[in-house]
Amino acid sequence: MLIIKNLKASIAGKAILKGISLEVKPGEIHAIMGPNGSGKSTLAAVLAGRDFVEVTEGSVFYHGKDLLGMAPEDRSKEGIFLGFQYPIEIPGVSMVNFMKTAVNEHRKHKGLGPLSASDFLKLMRDKKELVEIDSKLANRSVNEGFSGGEKKKNEIFQMAMLEPKLAILDETDSGLDIDALRIVANGVNKLKRPDNSTIVITHYQRLLDYIVPDVVHVLYDGRIVKTAGKELAFELEDKGYDWIKKEVENQD
Amino acid sequence: MEKDQDQIINDVTSGEYKYGFYSDIETEMIAKGLSEDTVRLISKKKDEPEWLLEFRLKSYRYWKTMKMPTWANLKIPTINYQDIIYYAAPKQKASLNSIDDIDPELKRTFDKLGIPLEEQKHLSGVAVDAVMDSVSVKTTFKETLAELGIIFCSFSEAVKEYPDLVKRYMGTVVPYTDNFFATLNSAVFSDGSFCYIPKGVRCPMELSTYFRINSANTGQFERTLLVAEEESYVSYLEGCTAPMRDENQLHAAIVEIIAENNAEVKYSTVQNWYPGDKNGKGGIFNFVTKRGLCRGENSKISWTQIETGSAITWKYPSCILRGDNSTGEFYSVAVTNNHQQADTGTKMIHIGKNTKSTIVSKGISAGQGQNSYRGLVKVLRNASNARNFSQCDSLLLGDKCGAHTFPYIEVDNQTAIVEHEATTSKIGEDQIFYCNQRGISTEDAIGLIVNGYAREVINKLPMEFAVEAQKLLQISLEGSVG
Repeated sequence: MLIIKNLKASIAGKAILKGISLEVKPGEIHAIMGPNGSGKSTLAAVLAGRDFVEVTEGSVFYHGKDLLGMAPEDRSKEGIFLGFQYPIEIPGVSMVNFMKTAVNEHRKHKGLGPLSASDFLKLMRDKKELVEIDSKLANRSVNEGFSGGEKKKNEIFQMAMLEPKLAILDETDSGLDIDALRIVANGVNKLKRPDNSTIVITHYQRLLDYIVPDVVHVLYDGRIVKTAGKELAFELEDKGYDWIKKEVENQD
Repeated sequence: MEKDQDQIINDVTSGEYKYGFYSDIETEMIAKGLSEDTVRLISKKKDEPEWLLEFRLKSYRYWKTMKMPTWANLKIPTINYQDIIYYAAPKQKASLNSIDDIDPELKRTFDKLGIPLEEQKHLSGVAVDAVMDSVSVKTTFKETLAELGIIFCSFSEAVKEYPDLVKRYMGTVVPYTDNFFATLNSAVFSDGSFCYIPKGVRCPMELSTYFRINSANTGQFERTLLVAEEESYVSYLEGCTAPMRDENQLHAAIVEIIAENNAEVKYSTVQNWYPGDKNGKGGIFNFVTKRGLCRGENSKISWTQIETGSAITWKYPSCILRGDNSTGEFYSVAVTNNHQQADTGTKMIHIGKNTKSTIVSKGISAGQGQNSYRGLVKVLRNASNARNFSQCDSLLLGDKCGAHTFPYIEVDNQTAIVEHEATTSKIGEDQIFYCNQRGISTEDAIGLIVNGYAREVINKLPMEFAVEAQKLLQISLEGSVG
């Protein structure tokens, strides 16, 4: 589904990603862990197509297509969803209007006509139930005045609406209390299908108690320095990132 | 990705002004220039009574003593008032008995603008007075409205048919000495709309005037007079467009509104005059005086304006709140893109007791546009318990444009409560990217964000025009983020 080869990228001339290779197969959940500043969010930004990150080398193929050549909105319509670490507020634009525009753009891309108002509202209702979000959220402007937890739940709600093939959740657990964490994780699990994949970017192991990864990668200083099964997450929780740092330094 | 943004900017700045066509219509014009003879000639062409000619001449003589105001935050090129044609009228039969008497080309023009002159083509029950260049060409639904005692006709016709009403009200809200452009208008105005809602009548349909400038080198000077008697209600809308030309054209209009006891008037404007090209060449100078007088108790006048067109806009739709418990409202969205300039706002003059006013102004600047809000809230000595709330927001797209706010507050009564809030924000790349990531293109994202920002004002428009206004906002700003 997603094949990243020797990806190097920089922001304002500063190298952040220094050669990342990674393959995600359909149905897999990958966790990317690592200390602050290791390049986790930059990787998410490259995959979603943010233009302040400059790709200097390497390639990313998504379902056989050159992802780096695609506009961000086309990546979305092809099924890539980014759950933002800091969801953006758009004052005056209602969630209904925002989601209707997005859903209909996705439908257009698939050659389908726009949803009728009643079908759309029904879809909203169903998905809201699925991810257990307060139905009042949908009547408000996009993320405006939402608490940190509400914003994150709203990301999962949008993911439910757009049914991505590849969801990238960037630190979705940060700033969540344990109840919100459970709701967010349950949402992700309910949306899981055998043919869609998830990349969970996280700093802490605790989210992985709820979303069980198939593969765990540790990102350090722009490189993936360790890849293993879910047990790696527990090891990190026990030993902290210093252990990884030392190991890397010893290798050098 | 950069390629896409550049592409969008390109597509859009070259996106043509949709109403920029010119209609080849046989038009009667007088010679360029302005003198007492010009004023007399216009009056004669319109076969006017002596009192109106006197009003014009008095105005003209006063105008000659005046200088163009320079206080606005605008760079206005020198205007040669002798280089303007002050009267241009599509030629048609002396009196129109039916729609068939209208020049088919004229009909086609208004059809193209989405303003059919045949009543049966109107779906939504909107009565239209269509004005081209200096004259009104057709007013629809006149008869239907007349059954309720509502008068809705061209200003010229009102002068002939209802001279007493015109005489009683004309110039009472905007006196001929008011300001340079209003005085000029008082001397040379050629047509406009007249509307009278009798006591206790709720006007069952939207009334609207559609202004079209067609001929080159002409100025358009129309006046609208709207009288709402006790307990009456009317919602009024005006729209305007003009052909694309390299020369600037002057539009200096007057709107006067009088609301008696318990009367309510809603006046909405969707202003889409040709704004000039992306280099700032051409476009309409829109210098307009609009004022409403809440003369009666509990009366209410509400201005809503969506200003997307014109090279330069200079207008301050105002309310004089004379009646006790009267209410004035001003809701505005003004867009300046490319080289457009706007200095617009309102005046709320509180004279009566318990008078209330609300001001919501949303400026949007893009390209190298300069957008100024200028507003006066004045509470006079006897206006006890006056209340005003003002909110002035500015949205910037890009880093070459400007937003300016000039609020004036004068309060002479200690019981008054006056609030002023202001914000300035920038459409962030973050917001656009967030939309992109959900599958929404940059163009659509800007439309969505801007319409969200302006929603409070757009919601005040009659339904069918709100949809138009949303589209217009999006078109005016396409490609302005890069």
